[in-house]
Amino acid sequence: MSTATLAPEGLARRVSPGTGVRNVLTLAWRNLVQIKHNPMELLDLSIQPIMFVLLFAYVFGPAMEGSVQAYLPVVIPGIIAQNALFAGMSTGFGLNTDITKGVFDRFRSLPIARSAPLAGRILADTVKQAWSMMILLLVGFAIGFRLETNVVALLSAFLLLLSFAVLFSWTSVYIAMVVNEPEKVQIFGFTVIFPLSFLSTAFIKSTDGIPGPVAWVMDNSPVTHLVEAMRGLLVGGPVLEHAWIALAWGLGISLVFAPLSLHAFKKRA
Amino acid sequence: MTYAIQAEGLVKRFGATEALAGVSLTAEPGTVLGILGPNGAGKTTTTRILATLIEPTEGSARVGGFDVHKDAHRVRQLIGLTGQYAGVDEMLTGTENLILIGRLLGMSRRDSRARAAELLDRFELTEAAERAAKTYSGGMRRRLDLAASLIGRPQILFLDEPTTGLDPRSRGGLWDIVRGLTDDGVTVLLTTQYLEEADQLADDIVVIDRGQVIAHGTSDTLKSQVGGQILEVRPLRAAEVGNAAAIVGELAGSEPELRDGLIAAPITDPALMPAVVRRLDDAGIAVGELSLRKSSLDEVFFALTGHHTDDIDAEADELAAAAKQEART
Repeated sequence: MSTATLAPEGLARRVSPGTGVRNVLTLAWRNLVQIKHNPMELLDLSIQPIMFVLLFAYVFGPAMEGSVQAYLPVVIPGIIAQNALFAGMSTGFGLNTDITKGVFDRFRSLPIARSAPLAGRILADTVKQAWSMMILLLVGFAIGFRLETNVVALLSAFLLLLSFAVLFSWTSVYIAMVVNEPEKVQIFGFTVIFPLSFLSTAFIKSTDGIPGPVAWVMDNSPVTHLVEAMRGLLVGGPVLEHAWIALAWGLGISLVFAPLSLHAFKKRA
Repeated sequence: MTYAIQAEGLVKRFGATEALAGVSLTAEPGTVLGILGPNGAGKTTTTRILATLIEPTEGSARVGGFDVHKDAHRVRQLIGLTGQYAGVDEMLTGTENLILIGRLLGMSRRDSRARAAELLDRFELTEAAERAAKTYSGGMRRRLDLAASLIGRPQILFLDEPTTGLDPRSRGGLWDIVRGLTDDGVTVLLTTQYLEEADQLADDIVVIDRGQVIAHGTSDTLKSQVGGQILEVRPLRAAEVGNAAAIVGELAGSEPELRDGLIAAPITDPALMPAVVRRLDDAGIAVGELSLRKSSLDEVFFALTGHHTDDIDAEADELAAAAKQEART
């Protein structure tokens, strides 16, 4: 019996690189077009950072550095870094939603690049990260923050932040693979990232006066190195000695969590 | 002969649990293969292996002539999948959901839009096309999900419990759609907990329980395999049910089942029927209804597995209630 079902001719054996790139872009579009129907998300991406900047600057500024103006160069880079860590959790949240809702299965049954669903999400989240950082800077500029360096340094700051965010987001990808509902990604994320971002120099100039062991943790935190490098790029100061340590941390984190995520995913599927 | 779907000795273990203990099945092109079984029997695991989502621990399978593991990418170009949970993006509109799949399948923007409109129309979703899928009812979501799996005109379609949690009307609508697909030559693999559904749609039925195929054949062969026919008697006067049941039981050689004044007993010898009529007549019992029918799939299932499907239906009702609850929130 011959069948119309079989048509080996014309069926590709594997995904071509060009198709793979198109798949990633399509899936990134899908994650961004959601914002259109859920404006709350855009609000979430914008309002929260704005609120943080205003609260920190006006409530803590005078106590920390004597005035709001003097505190801005400290706090703006810090909040940008902290926000990037929190925003990274949305990668895991979205991924877990897709997995639990069956959307991920649909994607994986399609003849698309295996990495496209994840890469598409990460790409979309990177766009959202850039958006948040831009908003934070604009709010900062509006209340008196000044860029003390140049445009190249500013673009480098974007690049550094986004690179670190992408590398760091593997932690949230891993959480997404091991929990059974999206809300848990947020809970886990919050529990880890809150202390992680505060145990750094994100909101202070130096760790002087902080008890030894705590100061040691803060001085060696990847977040501190990221924040210091961001400060260097935005308001001047040492950059490279911090940037490479921050990126090395990011690389190390992704080298641990990417294989873990893959393993967890295979076990779960 | 080449099968559209062919699985041999599929075994799948998740840690210590064995989800599949050697499932073999085949489906001819253009037919509907029904996989029937209770929750946890291994229906979804089988579907996921065939749809290239997971690899079997042992055994192999070919879909459209290609090995699902070694030639997964080719298999994916031939299949469509509608999972147990509607795999639609709730944040996107119906149209966007379908365009997304079209674009991922390499169709141009214009072609995906046209195909999306065509399918939305076919599944009566045109009015809801520009609304986010999260506003859809359970039935609409399933239809959108099915539409999504049809964008690429698959030759082989996997439907994993497509009607679980749907109300009877939506279920009937989905059945019509499936029938329409096989008319177009699509091979359908359908898993279901509903015996009636398998009976209605499937050309061949594979019954699985605890990861194993316990029976397979057409709906008719399955019924006759288990022997049986069912003699049903309904006395005109309710007061005589007891006496009539005693007579039927004596002749059939087993305790008959009573349900709303209807006496039902499995029999193997059709010649028993005239004898029953004579004895009832002798006893002066007026008979309102008398029939001999093939046993239902429910009875087949009971004979095969030792457990009724009522528990499964109750579970399905719970699922439906849960789905409704979810839709409301």
